Amino acid sequence: MQKSLLLGVEAIAQGAIDGGMSGVYAYPGTPSTEITEYIQHSKQAQQLNIHRDWAANEKTAMESALGMSYAGKRSMVCMKHVGLNVAADCFMNAAITGANGGMLIVVADDPSMHSSQNEQDSRVYGKFAMMPILEPSNQQEAYDMARFGFELSEACEIPVLMRITTRLAHSRAGVTRAAEVVAQNDMKLPEDKVQFVLLPGIARKRYKLLLNNQAKFETASEESPYNSYNEGTDKSMGIIACGLGYNYLMENYPNGECPYPVVKVSQYPIPRTMIQKITSECDKVMVLEEGYPVVEEMLKGYLEKEAVIGRLDGTLSRDGELTPEMVGRALGFDVEEGAEVPSLVSARPPALCVGCSHIDVYTALNEVVAEYGAGRVFADIGCYTLGALPPFNAINSCVDMGASITMAKGAADAGLIPSVAVIGDSTFTHSGMTGLLDAINEKTPITVIISDNESISMTGGQHSSAKGKLESICEGLGVEPEHLHVLTAVPKKRDDLKDLLRKEFEYQGVSVIIPRRVCVQKNVRDQKIKKAAIAKAAAKA
Amino acid sequence: MKTDMVIAGVGGQGILSIAAALGSAALENDLYMKQAETHGMSQRGGDVQSFMRISDKPIYSDLIPKGGADIILSVEPMEALRYLPYLKQGGYVVTNSTPFVNIPDYPEMEKLEKTIKDLPNYVLIDADKIAEETTGSKRAFNFVMLGAASPFIDVPFEYLEAGIRKIFERKGEEVIEINIKALHAGRKFAEENK
Repeated sequence: MQKSLLLGVEAIAQGAIDGGMSGVYAYPGTPSTEITEYIQHSKQAQQLNIHRDWAANEKTAMESALGMSYAGKRSMVCMKHVGLNVAADCFMNAAITGANGGMLIVVADDPSMHSSQNEQDSRVYGKFAMMPILEPSNQQEAYDMARFGFELSEACEIPVLMRITTRLAHSRAGVTRAAEVVAQNDMKLPEDKVQFVLLPGIARKRYKLLLNNQAKFETASEESPYNSYNEGTDKSMGIIACGLGYNYLMENYPNGECPYPVVKVSQYPIPRTMIQKITSECDKVMVLEEGYPVVEEMLKGYLEKEAVIGRLDGTLSRDGELTPEMVGRALGFDVEEGAEVPSLVSARPPALCVGCSHIDVYTALNEVVAEYGAGRVFADIGCYTLGALPPFNAINSCVDMGASITMAKGAADAGLIPSVAVIGDSTFTHSGMTGLLDAINEKTPITVIISDNESISMTGGQHSSAKGKLESICEGLGVEPEHLHVLTAVPKKRDDLKDLLRKEFEYQGVSVIIPRRVCVQKNVRDQKIKKAAIAKAAAKA
Repeated sequence: MKTDMVIAGVGGQGILSIAAALGSAALENDLYMKQAETHGMSQRGGDVQSFMRISDKPIYSDLIPKGGADIILSVEPMEALRYLPYLKQGGYVVTNSTPFVNIPDYPEMEKLEKTIKDLPNYVLIDADKIAEETTGSKRAFNFVMLGAASPFIDVPFEYLEAGIRKIFERKGEEVIEINIKALHAGRKFAEENK
């Protein structure tokens, strides 16, 4: 059968479509965004009427996916690793309610922090929730595991976490699709009508069931087609290779033959019998895993009674993503260093686009803030985080989605007045609204700038849940009309913006200023789509 | 048959179309391929790279090991040098000579050119100019670059033509022809100047 050329994330999307999924729920976040985008652009998904609209944030997405599972259908929810923090309340409890229709939670981690603020490893969350975890090592497995994940979820009656990392998410390879598409489930409510009611009395029973089911999950891992024990002749060392770690191991053996016994792990909980076999057969064990030393720590134990090497003892770097040469060095190979980068090569950091509306905002803001003294601008997550870099150097914080408003509030409570928050339109509806309500209820003197470019731009211009709603949301939350301002963010209005900022900095309550202009990238894309539609209509006529 | 290539440039320059043509060439001919690329933050005018691996045997790693690349193909001269640690001994640097200047401390062109010309194996090509001369538009410069790298890629040249045909299938014959012309012009330059 002809192979399809797919990114890891696209392989998951196609696998889920072919695996009988009825809906995907997600909020954009690199490197997970293209899973949902692929489904949104898929004609097949359209024909199958699969739910594929963006959610306001990862928590609402996961709850909706759980609702779809409750109703007996297969659902998927996708996010980046830090998105799981937002959805963690639902996530932890979904392990206790269990799933009815198959539910797949896809989380894309970003070791080396290519586009993120930390490199947390979602397998820790999986273990915390005591949920089965899948970790594909290549694009074909990513495709196959989406379908397999739904089956596993229904067999184990619990949502299944699929953890990938940037490198697999954004790497393309040929993928063979299954010959048949699984039909979607019919709606079927859970037999136990209180299964999803986590009142203490019920939750205690459900939690015991989760504990008892751990043995079942372990058996599933032992029997999984994605875990294997590969014999080796040299027992001086055994290797446990998780997810992508397996690729970097094998890259160092071009003939495909590793002399050491190897346990390849792509499904968790770790397969106990295989692990017991390799530790008893070999003098020591090396653990190769992308992200945190999760398995290594488990095997080594606090008392370090087992001879286990990996990221904790310095055999491999403690942070950052694995590379073939890092693993080669750990295996004792004489690894090429390659030439050095010539000293004349300059860094080329990302920057705001030419003509970006955030530039107008920061230019005005910097001038006015200078009058009060620097160190009072709390920003958020989006393109405007680039305001931290030269030439702006305009912001003092970027922590998590929505933290700008609430950190400004806390700082104002501490006496830093004026305190300023800079937040994007979509980040505001993701997690900024509730913080604004706190400030309004206490009449905290803060100035909130919602830099509205009518788009989720950093991830590629997805539809913003805030579009056309910002003023009414702010009014509804209780922002006083005379302290709610909207203006166009263009160079010739910078003076107006500065005057507004000066005025509102003096107000001893909550002010919201919304400088608005559509993202320049989104504008170009929208114009292209419009032009194509006109051309198509003309051709038809 | 095996080629490992780093494709380099600046976010927004469209290096992924080069990778897409190669990827489709590999797939159509039952070769194994893996191609890792950069999405997200660096797409906003930062440095971007794609690791392209093609082989007749299974490929494990999505990343090319340091000192392992046969070719660095760069659509921008300074970016070519950023990936030198990945080039194997005897490997080729094929780079566009037109700079993309969006930073204040971009090196002096003379020094940059000298550093490239001091490399043992290089092709320095003004792909923007060649694209304009042969196709009437700079837009096809990416495929001038692919053509210039083609003598060093262990994949038959016809496969690359077919790859371009495939990725521009929906854009019509005219677009296909322009890009194939660019591919040929790049190859001719490399054959004469390698």
